[in-house]
Amino acid sequence: MINLTDLEKKINSELNTKIKKTEIKHNQIYVEIDKDDLIDVTLFIKTNKDSKFKQLIDITVVDYPEQKKRFKIVYLFLSHEFNQRMVLSYLINENEVISSLTSIFPAANWMEREVFDMYGVSFKDHPDLRRILTDYGFEGHPLRKDFPLTGHTEVRYSEDQKKVISEPVKLEQNYRNFDYESPWEGTKYIKEQTDNNDKKN
Amino acid sequence: MTKKIKNLNLNFGPQHPAAHGVLRLILELDGEVVEKADPHIGLLHRGTEKLIENKTYMQAVPYFDRLDYVAPMNQEHAFALAIEKIMDIKVPIRAQFIRVMFCEIGRILSHILNVTTQALDVGALTPSLWGFEERETLMTFYERASGSRLHANYFRAGGVHQDLPAGLEKDIAKFCENFPKIINDLENLLTDNRIFKQRNVDIGIVTKQDALDYSFSGVMIRGSGVPWDLRKSQPYDCYEQLEFKVPVGKNGDCYDRYLCRIEEMRESVSIIKQCLAKMEKGPIKTFDGKISPPSKKEIKQSMEALIHHFKLFTEGYRVPKDEIYTAVEAPKGEFGVYLISDGSSKPYKCKIRAPGFSHLQSMDYLIKGHMLADVPAVLGSLDIVFGEVDR
Repeated sequence: MINLTDLEKKINSELNTKIKKTEIKHNQIYVEIDKDDLIDVTLFIKTNKDSKFKQLIDITVVDYPEQKKRFKIVYLFLSHEFNQRMVLSYLINENEVISSLTSIFPAANWMEREVFDMYGVSFKDHPDLRRILTDYGFEGHPLRKDFPLTGHTEVRYSEDQKKVISEPVKLEQNYRNFDYESPWEGTKYIKEQTDNNDKKN
Repeated sequence: MTKKIKNLNLNFGPQHPAAHGVLRLILELDGEVVEKADPHIGLLHRGTEKLIENKTYMQAVPYFDRLDYVAPMNQEHAFALAIEKIMDIKVPIRAQFIRVMFCEIGRILSHILNVTTQALDVGALTPSLWGFEERETLMTFYERASGSRLHANYFRAGGVHQDLPAGLEKDIAKFCENFPKIINDLENLLTDNRIFKQRNVDIGIVTKQDALDYSFSGVMIRGSGVPWDLRKSQPYDCYEQLEFKVPVGKNGDCYDRYLCRIEEMRESVSIIKQCLAKMEKGPIKTFDGKISPPSKKEIKQSMEALIHHFKLFTEGYRVPKDEIYTAVEAPKGEFGVYLISDGSSKPYKCKIRAPGFSHLQSMDYLIKGHMLADVPAVLGSLDIVFGEVDR
């Protein structure tokens, strides 16, 4: 049995050039690496006798549109032997292609397809990179922050053409996103004004 | 002279009663033997994760009911736990017991549905008629506690929405007395049934290694002989105080998974009984007015309570910047929520890890070389619900 602190030390010592940062919180170990080291690090944590992260739980992406390295790719691993969880992550630019884990974990197949579908991140060496959750012929990547909640097109059955057609979304009322912060903390523009006033004084 | 014969491509679904929802399964057949299966999913995709990013934490709870809609509260549990861990909220002990009890009711709901419809898929009608009557009773319990038979919206970060109404505990106890008999009846119909065994034994065998590689969880991994249950290995809420066994299969085939589910229902009944015995009167949600709304009576009397109420239902509570993955043992397997909060009252990102997604992905590997008639049996024992697969 190896505890998380020992595991953290071990990972840092054995893979020290590849690990950018490690942290333990909520009883899980969070590891940040570089994009190119993914395969090496994954193989290490899967096969090493002190980690044995043999199950890939999920792959997902976090979108930070304002950052230069826009996407944070997150891998969740589980070790049955030691009852531990690891969150592995790295940052990439918008158009970067990343390596696929399908050769190490067959379960990565659909997870990577989902990432591709939802965020438009491409994988090299993936056996079957198609869209998975969205409709046939769908365009865009819905979970990106710049994709509108209502989407771009809506489908309906057209009596004239006798088929299902898609057309631009028409809404009776726009989606309203309220700024709840205003009455209590001061809206952003008032905050800026007061800040400026403070500086002047 | 040799003739080249083209394999037959067959569309199984999206509207097929044995597809358990809207699954389009494209099968490549060589005679009656399945050469390849390509599941097309997403016909029920509603963009739950995107919607949750645009709602406050409290408004996000109902979306979890709509994932695996045969065991709604188990999903809410994962979300509530994620927020509680980030904000370090202590949940009152009564609330913990109520939550665990309803999670186990959810487990029974889900397993009844799965066992009986699997029997239906392979040709037995009676179990589903008997099973659905019990599901009806259980859904009445849901309704009496939360006001709704299916989409409960009952769990909150810090407890549950409201206390159990008078008499409900007694009725649940009565159900626990009667239900084991129903399980025995179902077993009488199925366990030794020749046809049921012919259709399920040695069908869809999963080895231990493959169960790990395909990231199986829940009954799918336990059926293959891996004693892994998050309620035991990473206990949440009050599971540590409860005694229960984890049934494990031997051969990893559809029949073993059926046996595991039957046995898990028995364990669930015992857990519910223990919860009822240990439950004492007390608060059912945290007292922190910044997180849980005040009672109607308080609103009428206290200005502060009124402000809290207003703030909670407009802005919602804010969750400090953090990142967490929390998983619960849902009836179908490991259901997880990967939550990223940014300090505002809406989640920045909420990735839902649905067990059915990884189970369905292995369809091609499970069914290769089996007969066409085995497709519904394997699909049934995977326990797929499209609400959670498609999200």
